[in-house]
Amino acid sequence: MSPDDRKYTKEHEWVKLENARTGPSAEGLVGITHYAQDQLGDIVYFDLPKPGASLKQLQKMGEVESVKAVSDLFSPVTGQVVAINPELGSHPELANQDPFNAGWLLRVTIANAAELQTLMPAAEYDAFISGLH
Amino acid sequence: MTQASLRTALYPTHLALGARMVPFGGWDMPVQYSGILAEVKAVRTAAGLFDVSHMGRLYISGPRATEFLDWVLTGSASSLRTGRARYCFICNDHGGVIDDTIFYRLAEDRYLLIPNAGNRPAVLAWFQDWISRRFSGVVTIQDRTQSTGLLALQGPSAAQALDQVCRLEGGEAPSTLRAFGWGRGQLQGKPVFLGRTGYTGEDGFELVAEAADAELLWRALQDGGALPCGLGARDVLRLEAGLPLHGHEIDPETTPIQAGLERFVRPEGEFVGASVLRQQQRDGVARRLVGLKLPGRSAPRAGYPILEGGTPVGQVTSGSYSPTLDTSIAMGYVLVRCATPGQALEVDIRGRAAAAEVVPLPFYTRSRRRPDTAEGRSQSS
Repeated sequence: MSPDDRKYTKEHEWVKLENARTGPSAEGLVGITHYAQDQLGDIVYFDLPKPGASLKQLQKMGEVESVKAVSDLFSPVTGQVVAINPELGSHPELANQDPFNAGWLLRVTIANAAELQTLMPAAEYDAFISGLH
Repeated sequence: MTQASLRTALYPTHLALGARMVPFGGWDMPVQYSGILAEVKAVRTAAGLFDVSHMGRLYISGPRATEFLDWVLTGSASSLRTGRARYCFICNDHGGVIDDTIFYRLAEDRYLLIPNAGNRPAVLAWFQDWISRRFSGVVTIQDRTQSTGLLALQGPSAAQALDQVCRLEGGEAPSTLRAFGWGRGQLQGKPVFLGRTGYTGEDGFELVAEAADAELLWRALQDGGALPCGLGARDVLRLEAGLPLHGHEIDPETTPIQAGLERFVRPEGEFVGASVLRQQQRDGVARRLVGLKLPGRSAPRAGYPILEGGTPVGQVTSGSYSPTLDTSIAMGYVLVRCATPGQALEVDIRGRAAAAEVVPLPFYTRSRRRPDTAEGRSQSS
């Protein structure tokens, strides 16, 4: 069961609103789902946008590499990168071990909170991935 | 039309262990159990257990079996002593590699030959064709791939682990076998054939048993401390050890000379492909297989272009992050002028030119010192 305090993309990223504010000061954490990390296997490398970089919803924002595979990462929202998880460079396996918490990828600004409505809530995402097997 | 995948005798065991299964070479095989990194580490530091029953078991016998194998293999059968095994190639008329193989001399006129899973039909057809043309009635092939199982126990503690549960027919410990030697023994009261071979760059054994006994042996070896390992770890291990994979470094359009594997091609005698291979040895080749080392963890993958100062000079055949060396590694073909160790090249990783250096193969060589094995102990007992 995916946590229901956030929204999900069909590309297996999540975004979680990090403060109660809306408007230009709204920020969120972005990561990949448990399903994504399980499909990838041991993650060894993230290629992520730098702080300040602009993101567009559902457009490619980076790449993740596991031992066996490489996969594109898509931004769940339009906004800007505020920070990269500082632990991830030396410990990319955090995204395997704790994808919904310690393994977060980016802190981002959320330019348009209405975009969140276009993403899947947890129950819908769980139903979506159960149909992928 | 898709054909149903074959299943090894251990298929239910893999499912029970929670393995992730993938199609490979016409078989449904475990790609990983606990995780590729943990599995690679187990093989490099302790022992790992692989189901490699998808590879073929072809028993070749008859009064002219040796002459036949001398003809279809690049390695010599006639100079191989009974009790020993050899790695070599099965080449086509153009010197291209139909398959690479390890073959064991079981008796004067009887051999066991192990082809790759996906190549077994092609190897069988090629052999049958030569038998009907030149060895009719004097060589027979028995394919026992589906009635037997093949397990690989690999790692620095493989010999010690096997010695705990297995004895050869004469009562000796399996660790008394030399590299590329074989013996018959008993494990859990079941007959096993043991070859001291592998595909990981570590010490280890490959065990042939009746399919019905495979699960019992698997459980015994797992209980002895070996970690179940899948094809994902096997691919990383063989790449670190600089070993070619058919369909990647070698294929029917590529010769062992281009692959830098001429040491497995005998200099004397006639065999299929010999004239092309000797001509290439004499005249040289345009492209050669090299090892590439790249700083960082972003890995080149098969098919990525290799560049020199932005100009294409070759292509990656295999690449991965190497957990043992903690850097990215690859093998690939480049123009001969770029194939010297130390040469600076780049790999086009999805549009980014990543710096790469040509390095000698293999990337990884195991330490030969095995102070704590029964092999060492048996000398004093």
